[in-house]
Amino acid sequence: MSGNGTGIGASVKRKEDARFLTGRGRYTDDINLPGQLYGYILRSGMAHAKIGAVHTDAARAAPGVHAVFTGKDMEGVGGIPTGWLIHSKDGSPMVEPGHPALAIDKVRYVGDCVAIVVAETAEQARSAANLIDVEREELQAVASIEAAEADGAPLVFDEAPGNVCYDWEVGDRAATDAAFDAADHVVSIDVVNNRLIPNAIEPRAAIANYDPATGDYTLYTTSQNPHLVRLLLGAFVLGLPEHKLRIVAPDVGGGFGSKIPHYAEEAILTWTAGQLGRPVKWTCERLDAFKSDTHGRDHISTAKLALDADGHFLGLHVTTKANLGAYLSTFATCVPTYLYGILFAGPYTTPAVYCEVKSFFTNTVPVDALRGAGRPEATYLLERLVDKAAVELGMDRVEIRRKNFIREFPYQTPVALQYDHGDYDATLDLALKAADWAGFEGRRAEAAARGKRRGIGISTFIEACGIAPSAVVGSLGARAGLYESGSVRVHPTGSVSVFTGTHSHGQGHETTFAQIVSDMLGVDFDAVDVVHGDSAKIPFGMGTYGSRSLAVGGTAIYLAVEKVIEKGKKIAAHLLEASAEDIEFENGSFTVAGTDRSKTLGEVALTAYVPHNYPEGLEPGLEETAFYDPLNFTFPAGTHIAEVEVDPETGEVELVAVTGADDVGRIINPMIVDGQLHGGLAHGIGQALLEECVYQDDGQLETGSYMNYTMPRAADLPSFNINHNTTLCTHNPLGAKGVGEVGSIGVPPAVINAVIDALRPLGVNDMSMPATSQRVWQAIQRANG
Amino acid sequence: MNDFTYHAPTSLDDALAALRGAEGGTLIAGGQSLLPIMKLNLAAPTDVVSLAGVAGLDGISDDGDSVTVGAMCTHAQVAGSATVQGRIPALAAMADGIGDAQVRNAGTIGGSLAHNDPAADYPAACVALGATIVTDRREIASDDYFQGMFMTALEDDEIITAVRFPVPARAAYAKFANPASKYAVAGVMVADGPAGVRVAVTGASGDGVFRMAAMEDALRGSFSAEAVAGIGVSSDGMLSDTAAGAEYRAHLVAVMAKRAVEACG
Amino acid sequence: MPTVTMTVNGMERSGTVEGRTLLVDFLREHLGLTGTHVGCDTSQCGACVVHVNGSSVKSCTSLAVQADGADVTTIEGLANGADLHPMQEAFREHHGLQCGFCTPGMVMSAVDLANRNADPSEHEVREWLEGNLCRCTGYHNIVKAVQAGARAMGGGS
Repeated sequence: MSGNGTGIGASVKRKEDARFLTGRGRYTDDINLPGQLYGYILRSGMAHAKIGAVHTDAARAAPGVHAVFTGKDMEGVGGIPTGWLIHSKDGSPMVEPGHPALAIDKVRYVGDCVAIVVAETAEQARSAANLIDVEREELQAVASIEAAEADGAPLVFDEAPGNVCYDWEVGDRAATDAAFDAADHVVSIDVVNNRLIPNAIEPRAAIANYDPATGDYTLYTTSQNPHLVRLLLGAFVLGLPEHKLRIVAPDVGGGFGSKIPHYAEEAILTWTAGQLGRPVKWTCERLDAFKSDTHGRDHISTAKLALDADGHFLGLHVTTKANLGAYLSTFATCVPTYLYGILFAGPYTTPAVYCEVKSFFTNTVPVDALRGAGRPEATYLLERLVDKAAVELGMDRVEIRRKNFIREFPYQTPVALQYDHGDYDATLDLALKAADWAGFEGRRAEAAARGKRRGIGISTFIEACGIAPSAVVGSLGARAGLYESGSVRVHPTGSVSVFTGTHSHGQGHETTFAQIVSDMLGVDFDAVDVVHGDSAKIPFGMGTYGSRSLAVGGTAIYLAVEKVIEKGKKIAAHLLEASAEDIEFENGSFTVAGTDRSKTLGEVALTAYVPHNYPEGLEPGLEETAFYDPLNFTFPAGTHIAEVEVDPETGEVELVAVTGADDVGRIINPMIVDGQLHGGLAHGIGQALLEECVYQDDGQLETGSYMNYTMPRAADLPSFNINHNTTLCTHNPLGAKGVGEVGSIGVPPAVINAVIDALRPLGVNDMSMPATSQRVWQAIQRANG
Repeated sequence: MNDFTYHAPTSLDDALAALRGAEGGTLIAGGQSLLPIMKLNLAAPTDVVSLAGVAGLDGISDDGDSVTVGAMCTHAQVAGSATVQGRIPALAAMADGIGDAQVRNAGTIGGSLAHNDPAADYPAACVALGATIVTDRREIASDDYFQGMFMTALEDDEIITAVRFPVPARAAYAKFANPASKYAVAGVMVADGPAGVRVAVTGASGDGVFRMAAMEDALRGSFSAEAVAGIGVSSDGMLSDTAAGAEYRAHLVAVMAKRAVEACG
Repeated sequence: MPTVTMTVNGMERSGTVEGRTLLVDFLREHLGLTGTHVGCDTSQCGACVVHVNGSSVKSCTSLAVQADGADVTTIEGLANGADLHPMQEAFREHHGLQCGFCTPGMVMSAVDLANRNADPSEHEVREWLEGNLCRCTGYHNIVKAVQAGARAMGGGS
């Protein structure tokens, strides 16, 4: 790893920017196919209703309309599957109701798909949809966890009594109870993790095509994981073999988890294209995106921490209720379990941890992964609780954390994970210094002189990324493997194509992966192209989520490059009349060890494709594929510090400083890594201060547009103070951990801890997310009595 | 959005004729209020008559005791006008805080006043400054013009041509914006001018812009923040939404009023 | 149906539209200029920002017929051949974009600011970008890029 101007460790400017900056990106809605029709999805306006006859005659007769399909038409087509089977405490499998792509008999949330109208133009399809008459009998809705678990609550599914999907646990309950029995102090907390709407700026879109000549289906879709869509749509919904279903996810305008799931619209469109024999295009409008893109978070938790007299953590007990929405989206069930409960050791040596999670169906949009997915929820609860413990025990907020840090690795937590390596003191020290923690009281006093209440908050956290290995997740209920593939094709002229099953929708894979390959093979950075997002081009893949792309997908590429080098050594050895064992590869040249005799990669590649003088028994060509199944999760960690000023008159919270000290493992491109951190921080700050999805009791979405759902804007945020302390992951050759979700995991509790720190002199000791001006003002009023 | 017939007249007479000849016609100025509601099918006119090409609706003039702003002046033009900045800086600052940069580049004072969104900023400025709304046929005092949420004194075929703002001795606008939409949750313009001391509030009431008589009385006694600081605002009739309930809104009206007085200097 | 004619990126372009055709749809569907994006229906996100007669506007909240006779510049018209516009170059240099979806509107909005203010402060940039949402970057690098781009433009596009 040479670390040259475009190699590993260099802030290379991105390859993808040229097209994005000039308007030449190719997003799904930019694609038009000859003869395409437009689909409009009619959605339920009621949260819970029986549906009878759906009268479509008037819509069918409307100008330009080619077809109208309803749930009855699609009956017999498979339902939308979910990807993870969770078992309850008693060993029983979760309740797994069917999810018809178009509703049959019942609608279960505002936004549920009822019919598709296909017409010559999008306007014609939309206008005709207004003519569809759906016979409905409105039922009482359950729009929240509280409503779902109430005695006598209406059932979203008859087969799910109490609206419970599962009642899951992790950790040793008896050991945890014993820890509490032996504790000197017990500190408890109730927290709500607010429901969020992902809001990638590109709305979802899709175009499906069916070729009657070959029987091939093609679906262009806004997905983070085209192969996963192929798996779910092909195997579970339409019953198509992989070679007859091509999924293309071209340029995708942000995902944040909301473009992981296989959505009903993808199935409806693909099936409809097959019925009509013409391409059908659908583009989601933002108002529909609010009520059909999967939502995130939505937990209610109570937790208690047992401590000894010195402030050592002895035990942690967490009880959480999670909202899954109306249907089980692709990874919905594992987010509040295997991506949540297993995080509760955090960076601390707490010897006994127990977490139980009961998940509920409600008449709301399905909930699935959102940037961080389970780990922000766990981190928020733990870091709020640790802060509260410091206050109640009269301890320093930094010292209570430091006192409990894990320092010996590998470390087996009481909740299944084994941390391979880390240095939590280093990131803590770095953050404290960078944020001038020691000088804070001076800033507090200065703000007070201006009539502002200033506070500082901290969060020390760990996350688990690159979910793995397949055998373990399979035993826990995952219905897919979690490996990744990478292929490296060295062309006869020495340029290189890299094929990855991960998908870039902002992360810059085309640049980062090219840096790795360019560095390892010693070829020009510009001679390496990275191909992703097309199931017809890439061998196989699982896509991009859970901060996995570099640690898992990058490693697959790394291993494929190693295979290329190994093969190249055999070819070079033949040309140099030496033994392959004596060939060394460096800076693009194969050299006989201890000599100046060498062949360039280009010469070797040309020989591989023009094998006139070639080793006997060796296949021509220079192209290798590797599948990598990680041995473990990776464990990025860090410290985030937030500083706020509250206007006590209006309750407005101004975020004045955010400092991060992060250990994300090996950094290939520092510029891109910092960009990922910035984005994650903004997302986490949005959750802490601005964003909240609100449903009315009848299941109507109150925050259904940008008019009332607050997206972070430039003026809501400060510039970020980012710092790094790198320790390498021990179980992948790149030493990579992951960075995409760090900000959204680490920063929310730091912000809320800062708000509480600011308000504590006013008698405010608790604050919910988001800390909106109204909520802060109300808390101050309550404290004033 | 339903389709419609578009008209691009070049004179007021032609615009009026087009409007009168339509079954369900409407005027469009910058379109920043109209088009969003048409996209949501909350308005579905048969005919849309553009004022963009009508001569004589632009321009900002200093008339000595007053400043006249043409109805088709954009918020950006008002904000950037040396005349407005010099004579009524509070009005320029208010215009600079409407919507976002692109809305300010397209949206007009006439369009905003004709729409009379209860959370728009201009109504507070007009009422506090005692502005006169000039139309194709008459002049309407601000006190008579605003008649409740989305309701004005305009006749169906009446066209605003300009707005005349008396120059105040001092004035300032303080706004607390909805964090999502950026519309006013509580916007208070305080002015001490030819129309007397006035405190006008937008964004807070379901009935649109209103005046705070108690504060005006107090300020007439002593034009100071202290004078209004103790005056409570009732939450009766206040709007209530996700961002701000009625009680919080009422509180914000009081705070914004105080801050506007402070900003008057 | 009305016919509109406008100068788009320096070339005269005409088309037959409906009264209700939005400017963004005319650009994307009629002219194939898909660099201008649609991210919302309520005029907040700014992915659709273009210049009409030199000022940035939201093309999702403008009718094509309103732009009849106007001079329109989209993201496709900013670069000079293979040479990126200084604002585009600044976004590249400062990693002011990730997924690229908000980028065209963000750049067009930034150019309008730079035309008015050759050396905007961080605060001025953040306030100016109120009408442009980005979910990827946290705005940190966008702000840097806009400041650098404005300085590079030297007070004019």
